[in-house]
Amino acid sequence: MTTLLIGEHHNTAIRDATKRTLSAAKELGDEVHVLIAGYDCGAAAGEAAKLAGVTTVLKCDDAMFAYPLAEPVAALVLGLADEYDAIMAAASASGKNVMPRIAALLDVMQISDITVVKSATTFERPIYAGNAIQTVETDEPKKVITVRVSAFAAAGNGGSAAIKTVAAPQNPAMSEHVEESLTPSDRPDLASAPIVISGGRGLRSQQNFQLLEKIADRLNAAIGASRAAVDAGFIANDRQVGQTGVAVSPELYIAVGISGAIQHLAGMKDSKIIVAINKDAEAPIFKVADYGLVADLFEAIPELDRELARLGY
Amino acid sequence: MKILVPVKRVVDYNVKVHVRADGSGVELANVKMSMNPFDEIALEEAIRLKEAGKAEDIIAVAIGPRRSSETVRTALAMGADRGIVVHYEDMIEPLAVAKILKAIVEEEAPGLVIAGKQAIDDDCNQTGQMLAALLGWPQATFACEIEFEDTHLKVTREIDGGLQIVRVKLPAVVTSDLRLNEPRYALLPNIMKARKKPILEKTPADYGVDCRARLKILHTNAPAKRQAGIMVASVGELVDRLKNEAGVI
Ligand SMILES: Cc1cc2nc3c(=O)[nH]c(=O)nc-3n(C[C@H](O)[C@H](O)[C@H](O)COP(=O)(O)OP(=O)(O)OC[C@H]3O[C@@H](n4cnc5c(N)ncnc54)[C@H](O)[C@@H]3O)c2cc1C
Ligand SMILES: Nc1ncnc2c1ncn2[C@@H]1O[C@H](COP(=O)(O)O)[C@@H](O)[C@H]1O
Repeated sequence: MTTLLIGEHHNTAIRDATKRTLSAAKELGDEVHVLIAGYDCGAAAGEAAKLAGVTTVLKCDDAMFAYPLAEPVAALVLGLADEYDAIMAAASASGKNVMPRIAALLDVMQISDITVVKSATTFERPIYAGNAIQTVETDEPKKVITVRVSAFAAAGNGGSAAIKTVAAPQNPAMSEHVEESLTPSDRPDLASAPIVISGGRGLRSQQNFQLLEKIADRLNAAIGASRAAVDAGFIANDRQVGQTGVAVSPELYIAVGISGAIQHLAGMKDSKIIVAINKDAEAPIFKVADYGLVADLFEAIPELDRELARLGY
Repeated sequence: MKILVPVKRVVDYNVKVHVRADGSGVELANVKMSMNPFDEIALEEAIRLKEAGKAEDIIAVAIGPRRSSETVRTALAMGADRGIVVHYEDMIEPLAVAKILKAIVEEEAPGLVIAGKQAIDDDCNQTGQMLAALLGWPQATFACEIEFEDTHLKVTREIDGGLQIVRVKLPAVVTSDLRLNEPRYALLPNIMKARKKPILEKTPADYGVDCRARLKILHTNAPAKRQAGIMVASVGELVDRLKNEAGVI
């Protein structure tokens, strides 16, 4: 019995999502192999081989995977699937893109976005924006599962897996990558950062997000946002926290100028400590906050910055 | 070109659902239902392609309980040309939905399917990708911009870290993200006109699809409640508590 984990990486390094998905994969109780499909991805494969609990790394290094598209990745995994009982990936944009394609080709139902592994065949997953938690059992011949990254701790190092090279499949060539525009960031990954500070419509402009940047610099936090802030163009789309964006559960989540709609809460209410700063004392965000501050953010955030500076952050 | 848009009837996004105390599921009786918001966006995009002269015929398809025909009526009032309702009273999984859609695609031969990225009830985010796989078509998920190029579509996708542009060969499956467009409301005269548009009534058996659930839902529970918090009087107090009480900074 073996689990194949589809690793996320940027060729030179693996992403934190891979380490967290690995923790979920190990809970199935079987051996775990990690697939690194990329281009010039030797370094990422090397990192994956060092993760504790990985017994084999499958490396598929091909120009086809410079920007992994769903069709060739699914073709690659399908070619390997015979050997595996479970196929797992992070419920990230790329995992969500490719995994259902694999599941359908295997004629199995996927289990999306699991938050708890109760047994090798039973899982918990949130539905209705996290307002209900489903316990799902599967007896599908192969399990195809995506994992909510923020619900699992990162696996550590300590392994020394063999790296096996696998051949690239024939490229289905139905789609091509044209270009990518990524917002460069030195900050921790949003889905796994220990501290997240998020801004909403209350921030009023792209410019004003710099107020949050300052706090994020002091606390080494990731920056998040509500849908309203993203829709208004204050910040990039991948910053959206919520039901239909990224799910986070940091040690500390600071919501600034965010009302606390169901869809936003879905992505952050599992945070350990929640702080809400909002000028409206009736805002629903205060119902989930451990510490609430009713204040105008344009006064409170600069003051927070000064206070943190005073304390040496 | 025909465009097929699957539209799902779901609990309205403004409703906070209640979980039944016996763990059997979510209370759906007397709850406001609407078209899945991502499907409104998908349909809006199809209508805009039609208005731009790129498509002639938009087919809205709903699979689900009888009242899914209301969702299809809404789609017709927004601007779809015809509807198909596939009746199925139980919960239906994305794989079965994708199989029914595949059969419909084979009958109707659309050049493009635009689905929502995610149904806001099951939060699965699977159906469009599964349909593309079963058809052997390319997929462009989480689209925030679509550009038509005769035999291809150029699609901007929302991905981790930013945006990606892909070019897919038609026919293809696209799934809509929130930023693709702002869907229109159905206007009263169009609601009246929509009553005359044709809706085909079908069952999964008509398409030879077995819809029995593959996964077993053992129970459905309410999420853990958070402990009530406190209001702080100042930024100074907030920082002090984060540092000395919660120990998170
Ligand atoms: C299908 C669908 C999916 C969705 N998915 C998501 C999702 O994943 N994530 C998400 O976040 N939303 C999502 N939404 C949107 C969600 O319903 C809300 O519209 C959104 O979260 C509101 O964002 P907001 O809180 O920033 O804005 P608003 O609700 O407008 O709140 C702004 C808040 O800022 C406060 N404020 C204003 N000025 C100040 C000031 N000077 N100082 C302090 N406070 C101030 C106001 O009191 C208010 O509470 C989704 C909606 C739909 C329909
Ligand atoms: N029962 C259904 N009827 C019509 N369309 C559906 C149905 N289920 C899913 N879809 C389509 O597939 C998308 C993704 O759904 P899901 O995979 O369930 O998250 C939805 O936004 C719809 O476009």
